[in-house]
Amino acid sequence: MATVASFNVEYIQYLSPTGELVGDKIPAIAKDYEQIKSLYEIMVMTRVFDAKAISLQRTGKLGTYASSLGHEAVHVGIGSAMKYEDVFAPMYREYGVQFCRGVKMSEVLLYWGGDERGSNFSGPPHDFPWCVPIATQNTHAAGAALSFKLRKEPRCAVTVIGDGGSSKGDFLEAINAASAFTLPLVMVIVNNGWAISVPRKKQSSGQTLAQKGIAGGLPSIQVDGNDLFAVHNEVKVALQRARDGKGATVIEAITYRLSDHTTADDASRYRPDEEVENAKKFEPILRLRQYLMNNNQWSVQQENKLMEDCARKVEAAVKEYQNAPKPPVTDMFDYMFAKLPHDLAAQRKFAKELDNNG
Amino acid sequence: MANITLVEAVSLALAYELENDKDVVVLGEDVGINGGVFRATAGLAQKFGEDRVIDTPLAEAMIAGLTIGMATQGMRPVAEAQFMGFIYPMIEQIVCHAARFRNRTRGRLTCPLVIRAPFGGGIHAPEHHSESVEAIFAHIPGIRVVIPSSPSRAYGLLLAAIRDPDPVLFLEPKRIYRVNKEEVIDDGEELPLDMCFELREGTDITLVSWGSMVKETLEAADKLAQQGISAEVIDVATVSPIDMDTILESVKKTGRCVIIQEAAKHCSVISEIAANLAEDGLYSLMAPVKRVTGYDVIMPLFKLEKNTCLQ
Ligand SMILES: Cc1ncc(C[n+]2csc(CCOP(=O)(O)OP(=O)(O)O)c2C)c(N)n1
Ligand SMILES: [Mg+2]
Repeated sequence: MATVASFNVEYIQYLSPTGELVGDKIPAIAKDYEQIKSLYEIMVMTRVFDAKAISLQRTGKLGTYASSLGHEAVHVGIGSAMKYEDVFAPMYREYGVQFCRGVKMSEVLLYWGGDERGSNFSGPPHDFPWCVPIATQNTHAAGAALSFKLRKEPRCAVTVIGDGGSSKGDFLEAINAASAFTLPLVMVIVNNGWAISVPRKKQSSGQTLAQKGIAGGLPSIQVDGNDLFAVHNEVKVALQRARDGKGATVIEAITYRLSDHTTADDASRYRPDEEVENAKKFEPILRLRQYLMNNNQWSVQQENKLMEDCARKVEAAVKEYQNAPKPPVTDMFDYMFAKLPHDLAAQRKFAKELDNNG
Repeated sequence: MANITLVEAVSLALAYELENDKDVVVLGEDVGINGGVFRATAGLAQKFGEDRVIDTPLAEAMIAGLTIGMATQGMRPVAEAQFMGFIYPMIEQIVCHAARFRNRTRGRLTCPLVIRAPFGGGIHAPEHHSESVEAIFAHIPGIRVVIPSSPSRAYGLLLAAIRDPDPVLFLEPKRIYRVNKEEVIDDGEELPLDMCFELREGTDITLVSWGSMVKETLEAADKLAQQGISAEVIDVATVSPIDMDTILESVKKTGRCVIIQEAAKHCSVISEIAANLAEDGLYSLMAPVKRVTGYDVIMPLFKLEKNTCLQ
């Protein structure tokens, strides 16, 4: 008998839950305090925004909202490793990535407030909008990567998928396409332990989700998704590899969904409180602040000032959102086609008259 | 006898069949301990165990394929698509296999399966959570498409769907999941899968609809009554096959027909009913058939939802 293939999955962590560097390899970002501080600020801002969005939903001022609580390091780690010209294909809760890329908080609110204009967001105009049908964004990212390759552009595509979404064919098909075509693509599995009420172990009995990438022929690793340094560094390495024409990488980031699935969900029906309480010990912001403080790079005063800044910016974003006038009813028609067909033009006229007459 | 909502009636029918037919299993995303995102399977996993009420991995094409595989081997699977907007990965399996196995094998392998999906707008949900695309499925030969519009009809029609020897798509109008309660007797009595329900008798006009629009249609009939117009109201209930006999019979009496649906207009179930009226009811009609529908646009996010979805 001969072994014709074998695999192992590396787990990468640089920053421990208590804020200490671990292992002998230290990534460049760990010593770049200015960058760390600016990323820390985005992570905190994302969290303050998140809490505000949930309270807006609870008071009837926002529709269903998907929280990113606990995912700040994965998201900001990805966003900070990407270049403007790269393309991002999100699912629905990666605000941290998008804030790094210039999407505005008011635009996120518009989207969850039931207004398509939110998806016409600021930031790179080539980025994909939020994507609700699970995993479908993965093949779009592979297609974007294929276009970069065919046109010989030094750009990469980055996409995310949940632990639940990793069970869907689209995800595996994107891996396969990336492998078959050697695409400049980075696929991050954001494994937050849960797909609504279904725990990770019910998706697959495989030891890791990263190994699905290996099965498809891609180098695949696991990282501590609550460790900003690990996510940022490994995504950056993968992007460089992709830019160098060496193909795609799969990164499984282990994190935890500290919130309900969305505001329409009640996780207490299926998830023990102790599990959540325990997960809080590993959350990403705490350890990064500790690291900065341990290295005399952050003070209580700075923290207080940051919290004030965040609150002010979030309030301003909420104002902008709330001041946005309702979209005109004709918007339903005006983006259907470049040239409105005659039957739709008639319906458009009717809808407008109906709206005018109350 | 219990006073229950439509979604509770779905649950009651599932429980009845799980209890009385060991071949019935319920499967889908979050249908287990969570009881479904709309609570349609609430308490079933706790009562019948995780082998009868199965949380699946997140993959709709897989769910449809598993369901077909199980059905061909004599089980009676009832799968859930969490929202109709996520049913599209199932379409290949439904169209290419569920609808065809009986015909393809000359009756050797059959697909006595049900796929349930909440559908329709009006609950302020995110994108893809509000569509009404029953016409896509009504167009496919080999599957039945059933849409209840009251708790008792949900109970009786779902029982019939599960017991039917062929594949049934069972679409649940989620906007009216909880709008009213009705006394439902949990006696396992099914309702026919190929008959309209005449909800109100009238002489001047026939109003035809299904799903959540039945609510608005009944309200319209009340308004007409105040004006001295007597409207007959018909709930189509099974949009494939459509019981045209009942509709034609009614139009023979009233001479007028308005059909109301939530879905977009073009090539829809409403078009089929109108075409049948034109073919077989022309001499009864005293006025053209009128169709009241959504616009032929992508279902807007909820800021504009009310502008296309009647309610
Ligand atoms: C194709 C499809 N099926 C079902 C859903 C409903 N749904 C929305 S999120 C979700 C769970 C996703 O879990 P996971 O992939 O782990 O991502 P997470 O939300 O945990 O970030 C489900 C089932 C959907 N949006 N798309
Ligand atoms: Mg998840």
